[in-house]
Amino acid sequence: MSAPKPVVGNRPVAICSFAQSPSLRRVDQANEVEMLMPVIAEVFAKANMTKDDMGFICSGSTDYLIGGPFSFVMALDAVGVWPPKSESHVEMDAAWALYEAWVQLQEGVIDTALVYGFGKSSLGDLSRVLAMQLDPYTMGPLWPDQVSLAALQARALLDRGLSTEQEFAEIAARSRHDALKNPNAQVRNEIPVAELLEEAYAVSPLRRHTLPPLSDAAAAVILVAGDRAYDVVDRPAWITGIDHRVETHAFGARDLAVSTSTAMAAKIAGVGNGPVDIAELHGPFAPQEVIVRQAIGLDDSVTINPSGGPLAANPMMAAGLIRMGEAASRIWDGSATRAVAHATSGPLLQQNLVCVLEGES
Amino acid sequence: MTEENLAPVTMLSTPIRLDYDFTAGLAQSKTLAGYAQGKFIGQRCPKCKQVYVPSGGSCPTDGVAMDEVVELPNTGTVTTYCIVNVPFAGQSIELPYICGQILLDGANISFMGLLQEIPTDEVRMGLRVEAVWVPEDELGPNLSSVKYFRPTGEPDADYETFKEYL
Repeated sequence: MSAPKPVVGNRPVAICSFAQSPSLRRVDQANEVEMLMPVIAEVFAKANMTKDDMGFICSGSTDYLIGGPFSFVMALDAVGVWPPKSESHVEMDAAWALYEAWVQLQEGVIDTALVYGFGKSSLGDLSRVLAMQLDPYTMGPLWPDQVSLAALQARALLDRGLSTEQEFAEIAARSRHDALKNPNAQVRNEIPVAELLEEAYAVSPLRRHTLPPLSDAAAAVILVAGDRAYDVVDRPAWITGIDHRVETHAFGARDLAVSTSTAMAAKIAGVGNGPVDIAELHGPFAPQEVIVRQAIGLDDSVTINPSGGPLAANPMMAAGLIRMGEAASRIWDGSATRAVAHATSGPLLQQNLVCVLEGES
Repeated sequence: MTEENLAPVTMLSTPIRLDYDFTAGLAQSKTLAGYAQGKFIGQRCPKCKQVYVPSGGSCPTDGVAMDEVVELPNTGTVTTYCIVNVPFAGQSIELPYICGQILLDGANISFMGLLQEIPTDEVRMGLRVEAVWVPEDELGPNLSSVKYFRPTGEPDADYETFKEYL
């Protein structure tokens, strides 16, 4: 067995272990560290590895969710970093922490990395918290809530004839149905599309079912470079392509109905170089799945979000990493040979990461 | 619109306010509940056996859950200290006063505490102290339940016993 030659980078790196806590509306008693602890323990146990086997640690989280400084430093207690470890953090979804770890592994100095992300949306008013990521001069002071902003994007999509409210509802119904098989998902039910379409608008044209749930959860993965990956898992999920691109924060300067950054990242990651079996897409609002899917160039044969996706569970700072872990899981269990994972960060799909995962056929 | 109305904006104020619930966590809640009973509650790591008070729930060295709850005594040692002489906004204690790092007997980490009932020129490393708690009906789940620490009158602790905790 040997790793497929990567399209991006020189050194094959694989996702070899994945763990996540159940997404809940409110993790009541445990703080962030305590929510993360069992996830870290599980991701090591599944890989039969310990913290001492890790060459690098990288996390994704934001102090704005917690309302306290240096929460990522406290989170390191969940790993235990003695003797001292090489460690880093991104104030983004942990999918970008995975990217940083992947870059480190490309250098060839280390062979392993632990990546994790965590977020409790329940501690503050998420819509106000997320307004803090807007430009602080003209947009931020208006405190636009995230649902109203997503509604602008949905409206742009509808006005261009690129989707329908029916399609939004179908995405939500499919996500919640698929989530019935995912014990970590939060919104799991079987409600017919016709019934969903009877819901009142939250913010027109978005009905409640097109909105992601507010979630508290943590997730972690272990990356292993080269043949060592076979020591950890029978069929490693090799990262054959990975890229991320960012667009301007000025909404008025962007065409909100399309995602140029996702399309660029997908092209560089080599999505189109072969057939795709499944894709885990991080479009937290139902219309965003339409935009991301179109940008990546996935046709109707591709199974989208078999885990239920972000409409079933959307823990901030972890939901993107969970897409990568879920896609890798489909490679490990043999249900997919080539999978795409997508993560987004920032308002209205501002920044996007696309990753191609492959298992040997 | 005149030219004056179009003068460049040189400054703007954008008030920000965010409100949060705070989750103390399972481990710290035990310590906080201990304060309300006039007790110091810590946790011991099953691997390195170190006792942390307060505990964050996970051993920062080993990364394992510290599930053994340990009640610590009222007594400890001043590992180091600072004499505060400079007035500052919000100051509620009469100057000068002593801010000490207290290593409770049986603990493996020190925490900051107010020292009273000793002249500032007599405080020293190794001084043996005990906690003075507020009256029972004023106890609460916070460190304000500890009024201050005061000398016990015992001989000073040997430097060797606390040199690892400075």
